[in-house]
Amino acid sequence: MALTGPSGRIDRRELTAAVLRDRGDMLVVAGLGAPAWDITAVGDCDENLPLWGGMGGATMIGLGLAIAQPRRKVLVITGDGEMLMGLGSLATIAVKRPPNLAILVQDNEHYGETGMQETATGHGVDLVAMARGAGFARTMFVTTEAEVPALYAAIHAEGLFFAVAKIEAASKKLVLPPRDGAVLQARMRAAVLGPAAYHQM
Amino acid sequence: MTTGDATSATKAEPTWPDDIYNLLKTHDIRQVALVPDAGHSRLIRRCLADNAMQVTTLTTEEEGIALMAGAWLGGDKSVLLMQSSGVGNCINMLSLATLHRTPMPMIVTMRGDFGEFNPAQVPMGHATQAVLEAMGTLVHRADRVEDVAPTVDATLRLAFNTFRPAATLIGQRVLGAKTFGKD
Repeated sequence: MALTGPSGRIDRRELTAAVLRDRGDMLVVAGLGAPAWDITAVGDCDENLPLWGGMGGATMIGLGLAIAQPRRKVLVITGDGEMLMGLGSLATIAVKRPPNLAILVQDNEHYGETGMQETATGHGVDLVAMARGAGFARTMFVTTEAEVPALYAAIHAEGLFFAVAKIEAASKKLVLPPRDGAVLQARMRAAVLGPAAYHQM
Repeated sequence: MTTGDATSATKAEPTWPDDIYNLLKTHDIRQVALVPDAGHSRLIRRCLADNAMQVTTLTTEEEGIALMAGAWLGGDKSVLLMQSSGVGNCINMLSLATLHRTPMPMIVTMRGDFGEFNPAQVPMGHATQAVLEAMGTLVHRADRVEDVAPTVDATLRLAFNTFRPAATLIGQRVLGAKTFGKD
């Protein structure tokens, strides 16, 4: 069971690899901390924006990008702590309803970068219910490896989508992306806009 | 004065919001993020009526900072409209502008500024410019009607030409102070 870790929960890095397989020209924004290390470990590229800060803003970065590039799929991968800090964004995004935006919360029920303190999701707070309440019509709550193919299909299909995947709490090997945010922004803009990115007025 | 709306009772509606709208078009602003403010209501109506603009109404202003970062990643120029109280909600998220060197123009209508009635508006109104500048934002004020358009134009140019956060603060001398019918 390659996707399932020792605790019986899904391995976060294997899940990241699974959802990004054959990603095509998908643009990926990763919340600060482990999701940023995960997308980098799976394969750093110009179409990745791993965040080093702006906690609570990952999904809104995804919204701005999805509106600007309506023909490209945008996937935001973030953690439960980061999502909890930006819950209002669920309302904002559901109202805008961009058909090319998908959000995947990798939920380990802990703040992994600060000493594994518990988050609210470990105490019953249901992010999928919150997204549904905000107006997300397509959602998934994933707890087992068997559900991952359906998760993959839903992320890559047309239509605004929100999912929570319960994952193992254990931290993985640090794989750090470039630290210069100007580089991270410029490389994605060039990947999206071509050389014109450097001359936009 | 017998009505609560001093502006409409004494003169025609101000045209500076239309001047700002025209500047947004001149600068090819494609995304407008906002938390509503009475001072921006005419400009907001103009933006909502424009099919070439994507207007996103936020639950809190910091969402707008993140939205502008995403818009620029995808090649859209954007702007954030908010009241001075909302500036306080943006502080940490403004790190993104410095970190990524992202153009982030903000047009801020002031409260707690000149002739304020509501005590609750004063602490953040007093701190608005200091907070923005502490986070690396270039700030210019417009305290006369004739200064609004050139100041907003300068803010848009500074943001997109020099890749940083920039703000115009429109003072209550321009907007008029809300009086809750007690004028």
